[in-house]
Amino acid sequence: MAHKRREMLLDPMVDNNPITLQVLGICSALAVTSSLQVAFVMSVAVIFVTGFSSMFISMIRSQIPGSIRIIVQMVIIASLVILVDQLLKAFAYEISKTLSVFVGLIITNCIVMGRAEAFAMKNPPIDSFIDGVGNGLGYGLILMLVGVIRELFGAGSLFGITILETVNNGGWYVPNGLLLLPPSAFFIIGLIIWAFRSWKPEQVEEREYKIQTVEAH
Amino acid sequence: MEDLISLAVKAIFVENLALSFFLGMCTFIAVSKKISTAIGLGISVMVVQSITVPANNLILGYLLAPGALAWAGFPDVDLTFLGLISYIGVIAALVQILEMVLDKYFPPLYNALGVFLPLITVNCAILGGSLFMVERNYDFTEAVTYGVSSGFGWALAITAMAGVREKLKYSDIPDGLQGLGITFITAGLMAMAFMSFSGVNL
Repeated sequence: MAHKRREMLLDPMVDNNPITLQVLGICSALAVTSSLQVAFVMSVAVIFVTGFSSMFISMIRSQIPGSIRIIVQMVIIASLVILVDQLLKAFAYEISKTLSVFVGLIITNCIVMGRAEAFAMKNPPIDSFIDGVGNGLGYGLILMLVGVIRELFGAGSLFGITILETVNNGGWYVPNGLLLLPPSAFFIIGLIIWAFRSWKPEQVEEREYKIQTVEAH
Repeated sequence: MEDLISLAVKAIFVENLALSFFLGMCTFIAVSKKISTAIGLGISVMVVQSITVPANNLILGYLLAPGALAWAGFPDVDLTFLGLISYIGVIAALVQILEMVLDKYFPPLYNALGVFLPLITVNCAILGGSLFMVERNYDFTEAVTYGVSSGFGWALAITAMAGVREKLKYSDIPDGLQGLGITFITAGLMAMAFMSFSGVNL
């Protein structure tokens, strides 16, 4: 049992990553990654919301009527997100300003809904909690990875601490401004997916059209 | 009038919901394989967006904002913290109503858009539009303009994306990049193209 739970927690990291394989929750993955600190806060918020929403939904799963389950799940998720939003405003006002609408958008983050619908509706609370946290971690992993690349090469720092001294401050590193702009996030995630799939070839998608090789004679 | 036009152009091109704020990406990536379905989804998003942003604007103005309940005799009540839950409630309810109305009065339109409507409730572009409206303090006319034009911008982006992907499936792409990977990189290039609008000022 303990072994199975560890698998449930670790499986969404690489083998079944919500972003690279299930294409869920991409919106915020791209938008909040220009600095590592913001990406970190966002990851923690998402892990918290996926974990607890899965747990609460799983607790009342046998009482929810099928026809209105989406609304019920929405209400639970929205309440948790409001909690996160208020906490951020109270204790980390600057970060909550940078995150702006993206905290609210955790509600429509497909990872949260997806796990609630696919896992929490069928499994007991503790398993659902672990599954939710695992998927949150898988999401956080990609978010941090993109955040590290973008902040390190775009601004020469990590968590706001200078690592590569930039030319503007008399150092040697010429920062790549493109990495701070939105399009770079698309490229980085595309390349991360490429790397993941070269490492785990079973994740590669089938081609719709194959180029036929014609015999030479 | 002029600032409304400038707001609309900004919402369509410069601050395109899909390509510069990455909203509605899940559906943007998942439903952009064919032009016809992309157009269908784009139009549905535009319709829903044009209704929900003004509706949420009214809810904010008359129920939630500090002092908004003065007409009911509660001038000191501030319900803004209930914002998120009411906006998503409004969106879910409106999508449901729209589905029923279309089914009853415009069956051909319902058949064309029907499958996309449930997808729209969880489309971040819709909730995002409402949240941006709140954050930027739009009044009612601005909210209407913003709703229509941001929805149009999203529809434009997904249609263009579908056009690219329809051609892309014939090309020879490295195995690991197949499907999702190349789609991301294409979207990145499109986002760069849209960034060239950013100097435009009306």
